[in-house]
Amino acid sequence: MSRRVRLLLLACAGPGFLAVLVIGLRGLPDFGDFHGAYGLLVDRIEPSLRHATDLVTALNFDLRAFDTLGEEFILFASVAGVALLLRHLRDVDEELDRRRTREDHSFAGASDSLRVMSLILIPLLVSLGVYLVLHGALTPGGGFQAGVVCAAGPLSVLLAGRYLALKRAAPEWALEAVDSLGAAAYALIGLGGLIFAGIYLKNFLPYGSSGHLLSAGMMPLNSIAVGIEVTGAFLLTWTEFLDQDLLAQRGRL
Amino acid sequence: MTGLQAAALLVVVVTGTAVALLSDPLRQTLVLAIFGFALTLLFFVFQAPDVALSELVVSGVGLPVIILAALRKVAQQSARRERQEEPEE
Repeated sequence: MSRRVRLLLLACAGPGFLAVLVIGLRGLPDFGDFHGAYGLLVDRIEPSLRHATDLVTALNFDLRAFDTLGEEFILFASVAGVALLLRHLRDVDEELDRRRTREDHSFAGASDSLRVMSLILIPLLVSLGVYLVLHGALTPGGGFQAGVVCAAGPLSVLLAGRYLALKRAAPEWALEAVDSLGAAAYALIGLGGLIFAGIYLKNFLPYGSSGHLLSAGMMPLNSIAVGIEVTGAFLLTWTEFLDQDLLAQRGRL
Repeated sequence: MTGLQAAALLVVVVTGTAVALLSDPLRQTLVLAIFGFALTLLFFVFQAPDVALSELVVSGVGLPVIILAALRKVAQQSARRERQEEPEE
């Protein structure tokens, strides 16, 4: 298609597209206008019936707990897919990894200040992640966010240029186990609902008093399960990607 | 709409456009992280702190690591291909 034909096409389609866009934008509700009856319902029932104060977590782990189960397994399956694909590309290379020396690292050139920085970041990030996961039902946060924050802690070892140290601290088998454990825990908590309350994922724990750490029924448990799974999933994905880099450096690929 | 919300929207427009207009993938990745921070600010001033937290960690940490690793590998592969195509001396 020549440039002129394309311009002609634009001249015909552009105004039409613009007109539809303008008509659509004119029909939008005003800024801040809220029509969601569902949101109002959640606002009313979750704090009073479930004693949860963070309604987003309440939505994820109570009203739509089954959706979260699906989402969790989407993450699990995609991480497993990444691992399968990337491991297929590398040969049996584990022996080499084991024989690496202390000083061998993939992202060399990290300055001392960067190393100190990463050392400070690790405990900060991990404790923030644990805080977020435990207070999921109380304050903004919850399993997913907390999981990524927790995973970012060990990742800052990489910032210090010590990727292989990261691999020693968090070997792949452990990450796989953590990932699967989190996914299984969520499904098993649901099974607990089936056993103790008669319905899959139905709450079977006391709700406690609103605002306390142990409240909102099984939301904290769900949050912990998702947090563990997301931590494992993200670390495993990063490890697989960075392994590729390591192999490429050795001229294996 | 408060001034803060308008400002956050403006920052998102500017950084988002910058990501789209940059041609170098490496720079694009870094600006993408800044765009992520702008989005975090946006979600926060629009009273969605849960989404803001997710956006912060995913765009600030999660995505750049994967993109950077992929970019590095692409660069290494194309370097090797060039070496192979060079005639033996």
